[in-house]
Amino acid sequence: MTTETMTVTLEVFRYHPDTDSEPSYQSYEVPYREEWVVLDALNWLKDEVDGTLSYRWSCRMGVCGSCGMMVNGYPRLTCNAFLREFMPGPIRVEPLRGFPVERDMVTVLDDFMEKLTDVKPYIIREEEQSLDDGEYLQSPSQLADFKQFSMCINCTLCYAACPVYEHEDEFLGPAVLALAQRYNLDSRDQGNEQRQQLIWADEGIWDCTFVGECSAVCPKDVDPAAAIQQAKVEATNNFFISLLPFTPPGMGR
Amino acid sequence: MRPSNEPFWWAMFGAGGMITALLLPVLIILTGFVVPAGGVEFSQLDTLFNNPLVRLIILGVAFLSFFHAAHRIRHTLKDLGLRSVATPLAVLCYAAALAGTIWAAMVVL
Repeated sequence: MTTETMTVTLEVFRYHPDTDSEPSYQSYEVPYREEWVVLDALNWLKDEVDGTLSYRWSCRMGVCGSCGMMVNGYPRLTCNAFLREFMPGPIRVEPLRGFPVERDMVTVLDDFMEKLTDVKPYIIREEEQSLDDGEYLQSPSQLADFKQFSMCINCTLCYAACPVYEHEDEFLGPAVLALAQRYNLDSRDQGNEQRQQLIWADEGIWDCTFVGECSAVCPKDVDPAAAIQQAKVEATNNFFISLLPFTPPGMGR
Repeated sequence: MRPSNEPFWWAMFGAGGMITALLLPVLIILTGFVVPAGGVEFSQLDTLFNNPLVRLIILGVAFLSFFHAAHRIRHTLKDLGLRSVATPLAVLCYAAALAGTIWAAMVVL
């Protein structure tokens, strides 16, 4: 059989809360093309077979972070998951695990968005320097301290991979903690103390048991597990230093 | 959110992990294999272990190993679903580690 006539079965999670009492799976035969990704197959389905199918997508090139879904039980960007990886199929497509479902593969991201806002993922200055003083300069090594954490595209695959987030409602989760660490490590930022109260709490870094799946599934090679471990070391140093009756030279609280 | 006391337990866990990885295999090989195989005379080991400083180090190894294990078991059980009893679980695990340390002190000192 040539690839032109080949098909593959897609088992797609379906749930429309206004009409369905519970989710179900619907099987579709879609054309197999060697260069097609799962998102292409979903777009073909929506255009040619069933216009009610709902999912998020935008850029098709692993940048926007919208099209994350569970593909055969594993969190993937569907624009980055080729059909050929899963042949001969079937390929099961589900919404990202750990989030409430709005409709089909569309998840409710409110909890993630709130937590992201809470950690203030932007540069905080005690006092802005005047425009006349020019840019905030940064050396390559200062940039290297946080650069990998800044590659996060908020796709939430790490949340779907995290066994703690699924069970612990209050847990801030991998991407939020990695982004908090990204700004804490930025030499231009002075917001460390404002973020500490949140990220050094039990519901922050300490709920993480270092499973490490967040880093394994990240499509941008961010290492949230490492960010959390770094923050744990800082929090622990601070904890013991704060027990001392004096502040050792060179070690601010 | 309240401040966490987790840094203390995590530090014990970290120190325990380091000491367990470095020293326990040596102790197990020495006392479990090398001495029974006749590689080292028991009397030599006896002299070494009668040194008060060595005894103190052995107690330190036992103490940190117990707290390392307690922390790991606590979080594993929590991850496995015992979230509703997280506090009693923590108390139980660390109390067991403390009991183990006291027992080790009674044996070693």
